[in-house]
Amino acid sequence: MSDLTGKTAIITGASRGIGAEIAKRFAQAGANVVVNYSGSQQKAEAVVEAINENGGKAIAVKANVADADAVKAMVDETMTTFGTVDILVNNAGITRDNLMMRMKDDEWDDVINTNLKGVFVCTKAVTRQMMKQRSGRIVNIASIVGVMGNAGQANYVASKAGVIGLTKTTARELASRGITANAVAPGFITTDMTDQLNEDIQKTMMSQIPLGRFGKPEEVAKAALFLASDEASYMTGQTLHLDGGMVM
Amino acid sequence: MATVLERVTKVIVDRLGVEENEVKLEASFTGDLGADSLDVVELVMELEDEFDMEISDEDAEGMSTVGDAVSYIEKKQA
Repeated sequence: MSDLTGKTAIITGASRGIGAEIAKRFAQAGANVVVNYSGSQQKAEAVVEAINENGGKAIAVKANVADADAVKAMVDETMTTFGTVDILVNNAGITRDNLMMRMKDDEWDDVINTNLKGVFVCTKAVTRQMMKQRSGRIVNIASIVGVMGNAGQANYVASKAGVIGLTKTTARELASRGITANAVAPGFITTDMTDQLNEDIQKTMMSQIPLGRFGKPEEVAKAALFLASDEASYMTGQTLHLDGGMVM
Repeated sequence: MATVLERVTKVIVDRLGVEENEVKLEASFTGDLGADSLDVVELVMELEDEFDMEISDEDAEGMSTVGDAVSYIEKKQA
């Protein structure tokens, strides 16, 4: 069992879906958890409450991940409350699906800003502390569509493929300081976000899943927990596919 | 009270593992003192802590020698 006792983890976009599940799992494994959210304050506070009721330690911190000042304030608050930052899970993500021919510039920009720039901003913000500590774990939540492409999601796919490349560069730049960076590429996981995908995309995806079912948030959280723990100490720059076998 | 040069020298010796007598004003971090680009970033971070000041990325990029760092800090403290 992966153990995170005494570690502090910032999970972006942790008010619901995969992020909320990761926050709860990490807390169960002993980590102090920062539940970051952008809009859903009540849901974030519910996650914090659930963690505290189970004897864990968590705080909710609002920050738009693409806003460097807000992210710096979040990292400062984390340091004040818990004293370290050992783990960053870049999970915050949005979709604005449209066929490329119909995609508006702002649909493109919004998704790239949150999903890709957000990872850059948050990673940069925690790196200083992790370099000083000579240890750190960065886990980026990418997507299997970033590997295989997906009609109707040009912006989202580009952002997630970008995250995979960014993960490899982060891994190379920071390896000498004891910091690892890995990504998880979930396939179709049942969350609020995937419920919004149109039926055509859902049907197409299901037909491509050898295991014949959609994944659950906890299945992604378990992989993130592994990557954030000492169990994954010799692994960096990798992308784990959690997709029921969609891409092999 | 240690001078700026003495304090900068100590940070460099600790961070880069070089001998004190190698840390001359004209010594460049990457050329003479064996630092890689990430070492320089870390060095600047530690100078920020040592002297309790913020050094912007633009200013940091202009520092390539020990003398650059010392005169930057002295100017900022004045």
